[in-house]
Amino acid sequence: MNAEAAVFWVFAALTVGSAAVVVLARSLIYNAFALLFTFFGVAGLYVLLGADFLAATQLLIYVGGILVLLLFGVMLTHKLYDLDLRAEVAQFAPGLIIAGPGVFGLLVITILKTRWATGPGRPPAPTTAEIGRLFMGPYLLPFEAASILLLVALIGAAMIVRRRKDA
Amino acid sequence: MITLQHYLLVSAALFSLGLLGVLTRRNAVNILMGIELILNSANVNLVAFSRYGTGNLQGQLFAIFVIVIAAAEVAVALAIVLTLYRLRRTPNVDEADLLRG
Repeated sequence: MNAEAAVFWVFAALTVGSAAVVVLARSLIYNAFALLFTFFGVAGLYVLLGADFLAATQLLIYVGGILVLLLFGVMLTHKLYDLDLRAEVAQFAPGLIIAGPGVFGLLVITILKTRWATGPGRPPAPTTAEIGRLFMGPYLLPFEAASILLLVALIGAAMIVRRRKDA
Repeated sequence: MITLQHYLLVSAALFSLGLLGVLTRRNAVNILMGIELILNSANVNLVAFSRYGTGNLQGQLFAIFVIVIAAAEVAVALAIVLTLYRLRRTPNVDEADLLRG
């Protein structure tokens, strides 16, 4: 087993193991902090795949933004004296049957049976400058649309949670 | 030798776990965590195909757009969850039956 394989298995185990904690642990705080390790594991996989800019983006936005927002959500939707933040589960057996043998089994069979058309591949190289050129060139319209979407989401979120004066 | 299939298998496991969370959790914030797992699994797929496919960066660009949409989605979804909590004093989605006739 070479070094790449060892690093891959470490990050894969970290990602899948902490994702299992996110889904199965009974405490909301455990779920949120296990999600932190899942995001770290996925960022490690990105580095292994030669996506250095994307790994940094993953850490900045997911760990720095989305995870903090989720923790705010946990804290704001429980009473302060509610010390044990139980994560309640409903219909576990049907969900397990659908997600386990149903979806996961189907995906594994598909992945292993398909002859994937792999090409020459991309040798690991710095990607930041190339991504910037693509955003300012052929992908300018989606880039601007994404910025409009973020603005709309910002205003929309503020409008939804605002307390109305008449109500 | 790590191949494309290894990454696809990790991504399939992430997707299934996220789906399990979305299907079985009652708390809306937990359901959001499941959705984040699903989006991350899609991103791993995109980047893996970008690395092992034709060798251009389009997969990584798509992954960046997915991250942007995930950030917008979680902000709006948390606003809805907070409004629900203010109305019904519960974060559980199965108690949000205000529209039931």
